[in-house]
Amino acid sequence: MSVARTVMCAGAEDTERLGREIGRALQGGEVFALEGELGSGKTTFVRGLARGLGFLDTVTSPTFNLVHRYLGGRLALAHFDLYRLKSPGDLELLDLDDVMEEGGVVAIEWPRLAEGLLPERRTRRVRFDDAGSAQRRVTLV
Amino acid sequence: MPALLAIETSCDETAAAVVRDGAILSSIVASQAKLHAPYGGVVPEIASRQHLRSVDALVLEALKQARVSPTALDAVAVTRGPGLPSALLVGVAAARGLALRLGKPLLPIHHIEAHLYSAPVAAPFVALVVSGGHTLLVHVARVGSHRLLGRTLDDAAGEAFDKVAQLLGLGYPGGPAIEKVACNGNPKAYDFPRPMLKSGDWNFSFSGLKTALRRAAAQPRTARADQPPEETTADLAASFQAAVVEILVEKTLRAARAREVRAVSVSGGVACNGALKVAFEAACRRENLALGWAERALCTDNAAMIGRLAARKLAAGAPIPEDWDIAPDWTLPEE
Repeated sequence: MSVARTVMCAGAEDTERLGREIGRALQGGEVFALEGELGSGKTTFVRGLARGLGFLDTVTSPTFNLVHRYLGGRLALAHFDLYRLKSPGDLELLDLDDVMEEGGVVAIEWPRLAEGLLPERRTRRVRFDDAGSAQRRVTLV
Repeated sequence: MPALLAIETSCDETAAAVVRDGAILSSIVASQAKLHAPYGGVVPEIASRQHLRSVDALVLEALKQARVSPTALDAVAVTRGPGLPSALLVGVAAARGLALRLGKPLLPIHHIEAHLYSAPVAAPFVALVVSGGHTLLVHVARVGSHRLLGRTLDDAAGEAFDKVAQLLGLGYPGGPAIEKVACNGNPKAYDFPRPMLKSGDWNFSFSGLKTALRRAAAQPRTARADQPPEETTADLAASFQAAVVEILVEKTLRAARAREVRAVSVSGGVACNGALKVAFEAACRRENLALGWAERALCTDNAAMIGRLAARKLAAGAPIPEDWDIAPDWTLPEE
């Protein structure tokens, strides 16, 4: 049983910094399942992970392209967004299960459809809640 | 110019087209847009087997509609990247097989480069490529010689339209839904931010605008106490659209001034937005700039733009690459 940790982020910079700190300590193989409403900071957090891994180029929302891959950091980072998908069959195109076995870091926004595929032992769940004005409450499990 | 068959399967759309002498003889997109609607911004089935099912049928249909026999083709073109690996593989395998059977050259094309050259305008120009997946400003010194000026740092403009439509409960696809509702709204009702408008570089940011809209929608400041909710939604949509349009127009025109070009072009899915076109036309008239606007059929994902760019490369005597594979992470080649 892991213990949940809650972090208050005052704004996007804080959310990115949190991701960066976590990113620095990653070993490879971690899967982040990111939940939260539109605009709650999921992509900003992944940008932080990328920075923590030493990837300094642009990190953008993969909603339309479904996946962005960031190479050039200490570990490869695959950034999925399942927002547009409706059925688990749609996942076939993304090769999600293969990518999770490649030894890099995987971050998945809107992970509901992939629940059955997530390797429980390696999966870290992060929940983003709006806490008024620019504040976000980030819960890490 | 030669006759080409083009195949595009970079994401969740399968498309085939035949072009000749710069003209589009046929262009078919296995559009699932109608299937999306009931789910609100969602793709019901985008599995690679869907591409597999449709690609051969689409190729045959594109040839049939174009009244071009396969043996009359001079070349085959295909999207090599960027995109989803499994999706790209299906298109490239089909194109490679066809080219091999016909003994014709196969041209690998960059998806964004095809968008970039899909608007009719003479170089030099500054191009805005704006869609659900991309928002880029590119300086084209002459055809084939272009340089990336800037891009979105978070969400693409088209994605912001889609997500805001979702937040306002307007359905999918979001661009047309926002535009329709915005017609009845006051674009000045809400003073939404214009992120990075004066950032001094050519990058964009739309994520904060989406968040501002979400906040405003949660606690709308209505014009009157008895304002009906549809009017409030219309005001929110109109004000949001005005902010996006202003950012896109202003930054593109500033880039044109800085690069000292007398023409700009707009392509990609968001170019279907009428308000964006009206604003660009007015601004370009004011500044005496030529404006190239990609026709609607070339704006959303399609194979015709792939074929047209390939035909141009072929006519210009560009070398035919050999021994290449799909390139899911291909950045825009700068030459």
